[in-house]
Amino acid sequence: MASSTIQKMGIDFSVLTVGLFVGVFTLLALLVAAWSPDPLFEIHGWISLLMGIVAIAAVCFWAAGLKRSKVFDPSAYEDTLIKWGVGVSMFWGVVGILVGFVIAMQLTFPNFLYFPEYGFLNFGRLRPLHTSAVIFAFGGNVLLATSFHVVQRTCRTRIAGGMWPWFVFWGYQAFIVLAATGYVMGVTAGREYAEPEWYVDLWLTIVWVAYLLVFLGTIWKRKEPHIYVANWFYLAFIVTIAMLHIVNNLAVPISPLSSQSVSLMSGVQDALTQWWYGHNAVGFFLTAGFLAIMYYYIPKRAERPVFSYRLSIVHFWALIFIYIWAGPHHLHYTALPQWAQTLGMTFSIMLWMPSWGGMINGLMTLSGAWDKLRTDPVIRMMVVSLAFYGMSTFEGPLMSVRAVNSLSHYTDWTIGHVHSGALGWVGFISFGALYCLAQWMWKRDRLYSAKLVEWHFWTATIGIVLYITSMWVSGIMEGLMWRAYNEFGFLEYTFVETVEAKHISYIIRSLGGLLYLVGALIMSFNVFMTAKGKTRKGEDDHVHAPTNDGLPAFAEATPAE
Amino acid sequence: MNYETLSSFAQTWGLLYFVVLFSVAVVYALWPSKKSEFERAANLPLIDEEPINE
Amino acid sequence: MALFDKHAVFEKHSLLLTVGILVVVAIGGIIEIAPLFYMSNTIERVNGMRPYTPLELAGREIYVREGCYVCHSQMVRPLRDEVERYGHYSLAAESMYDHPFQWGSKRTGPDLARVGGKYSDEWHMDHMADPRSVVPESIMPPYEFMVDRPLDYSMISETMAAMRVVGVPYTDAMIENADLDLRAQADPDFYPENVEYDYGLEDRYNEASGREGTVNVRVFDGVPEEVTEMDALIAYLQMLGTLVDFDTYEAGDLQNRR
Repeated sequence: MASSTIQKMGIDFSVLTVGLFVGVFTLLALLVAAWSPDPLFEIHGWISLLMGIVAIAAVCFWAAGLKRSKVFDPSAYEDTLIKWGVGVSMFWGVVGILVGFVIAMQLTFPNFLYFPEYGFLNFGRLRPLHTSAVIFAFGGNVLLATSFHVVQRTCRTRIAGGMWPWFVFWGYQAFIVLAATGYVMGVTAGREYAEPEWYVDLWLTIVWVAYLLVFLGTIWKRKEPHIYVANWFYLAFIVTIAMLHIVNNLAVPISPLSSQSVSLMSGVQDALTQWWYGHNAVGFFLTAGFLAIMYYYIPKRAERPVFSYRLSIVHFWALIFIYIWAGPHHLHYTALPQWAQTLGMTFSIMLWMPSWGGMINGLMTLSGAWDKLRTDPVIRMMVVSLAFYGMSTFEGPLMSVRAVNSLSHYTDWTIGHVHSGALGWVGFISFGALYCLAQWMWKRDRLYSAKLVEWHFWTATIGIVLYITSMWVSGIMEGLMWRAYNEFGFLEYTFVETVEAKHISYIIRSLGGLLYLVGALIMSFNVFMTAKGKTRKGEDDHVHAPTNDGLPAFAEATPAE
Repeated sequence: MNYETLSSFAQTWGLLYFVVLFSVAVVYALWPSKKSEFERAANLPLIDEEPINE
Repeated sequence: MALFDKHAVFEKHSLLLTVGILVVVAIGGIIEIAPLFYMSNTIERVNGMRPYTPLELAGREIYVREGCYVCHSQMVRPLRDEVERYGHYSLAAESMYDHPFQWGSKRTGPDLARVGGKYSDEWHMDHMADPRSVVPESIMPPYEFMVDRPLDYSMISETMAAMRVVGVPYTDAMIENADLDLRAQADPDFYPENVEYDYGLEDRYNEASGREGTVNVRVFDGVPEEVTEMDALIAYLQMLGTLVDFDTYEAGDLQNRR
């Protein structure tokens, strides 16, 4: 009787369990805010308390406003959450790229951009903010939104877990807020790309386990016999990131009421664990996850199945069982034992093959439809992202060769390499998917403006070219200057002379970053107007923009093989 | 444990491990009876406008 | 019912996939990382390493807090130019008490693994407060706010206790005297009121090191009245890379070949 009443009120069991978690979170936040002697931890307590109260209030308002008795309707996809994901991804993307531009300017014009009295705007605190904002806030939200979209579509069922996907989404935003505010205040674990402190790590672990269960739950209730390969990549991304996150962040808090902790491992073991994590964050977060996007959105947008489904299976296994070994190439010539360095180098070179196999598989999906590159700027963006993927997965193995690494390591060359992958591959494939989602989730015939997509494409592409070429120049130059000897056998340059020599490159790099930022702002406007249902006047409708319906039926589509 | 034991282990069992793993993946991908399943799977992104409801 | 059976198989498939992924990726990590804990020659045998003193440890926490590692490495590679520019190449043993390690990955500024003793305290003071006053071409951020900010060392003994949990050999005496040791290192004329202090700072840490003179005791920032963040940071920088006794280190020793 009671339970049926509850169901009539439309309150699903998942709402209660989510409410329980949010309640405990809010209670703990209150305890920290009230009792922590650590002022920074106390601030985090107040921020968390505020977030918890907002979450509880939001759920109450939502429940009060419910009209239908049937919430989490199993006969429809959950698309509202994905709309939120698109918006939030755009927001964090702009923030992350903006911070990147600011720190690029700080390195170029230190006299204008630093405030001696305030530590929180210094490079050392903003750089983790930039990397985390673009990787975890932007990239992470793109992965959340697209994975929820793809897993529902390819399983032909609504996402599992009722309110739990919402918990995953907003819980992840809470993680981002705590991590970002922590960096600016100086709360950091001091591990690159894993800077959040112990309590933020614990929270992310809870969110991530919920993410895994929601994703698996959806696969369990799928209506298609086969698990589409994009979901394999998403699953590998979720499972492996969980493992990496937990192992790399093992730490002992100095007190339950302090924000600080000491890492479980030290020195050489800690270094290898960190770069095993660091490289596989690239491999499984920035590669496997975004390859999943490639395997769904490129075929969908091109209206033809992937070039070779069989190749995608070999691609998947080869990629994950090789990638996991490549981490030690970050530690060439260090105090890490040489056998580990060699192991990392060997696997990094081998990694070239599955990487290019996947790239070719994505590119060839367009075979017979190359005209779409001209007519659909969205698919052009995704195809160019694959070109950048191919470029940086060729450059990566090259730089992992010990002799090359002796020159490139510690220099801007590494920064350039990372950004060709991040801006070119991750950025462009994400933008492509977000444009698709903006059009499809809001059920529009086309985007607000295809011309603006063109503008975005070209500003961003020119920005990337300026960025990576300037970093090649400055990186190789400083590497050569560091090891240059004069005719008397002494070192030719002091360190600061190499810093001075990079100034022009840094100006060009900042300009490249600015162009990329402008591109992202153009996109935000375009996505916003699309969501509002506007179309730009003066643009004819012949622009090719496949919609979510009216696609060729299964029987008509011809497989490639 | 020393370097020699580790390297001899890697050069024998490690090699076997990767060869077996790769072979299994390739054989699975090329298994003839899987062909139709994969063909349908490859077309999944193109036929997914509505959820299937039993 | 038949449908249900079919479903069970599918569920197994996705679990199989999950387990398969986990096994494949876990093997890579285990084979690479685990031997580093068991192989006897992963960390060289050296003389001189000791845990950080409380003041150095507090300085190290500031180093981490400010994100110094994003621009400064602490890992000199065994390459001719690096050894000539920075000093003896870094040994694994030198970061054995670093939780977390701070090897870094980028040299926007120079390597700091052996910066200890290279510059005067005054130079560090000026450089930190306004880098361009001493190095006009520098692009380092200014840290003027650290000059007067009192060091918060209320949790320093808890930090040391936590480090002991993860394997750093801090003794009971080191942890009990942490606060007083910290203040004593930043002031040679240190005389605490209303508390008994054994002035054992140098003995404790030299004994752990096995060498004499490993602890710098002086007023690092020029102001003895108060222990500031600048005191702690300079104390940390001035000991970096100075502990190991390279006179007794045999690079060619079979134990040290890696």
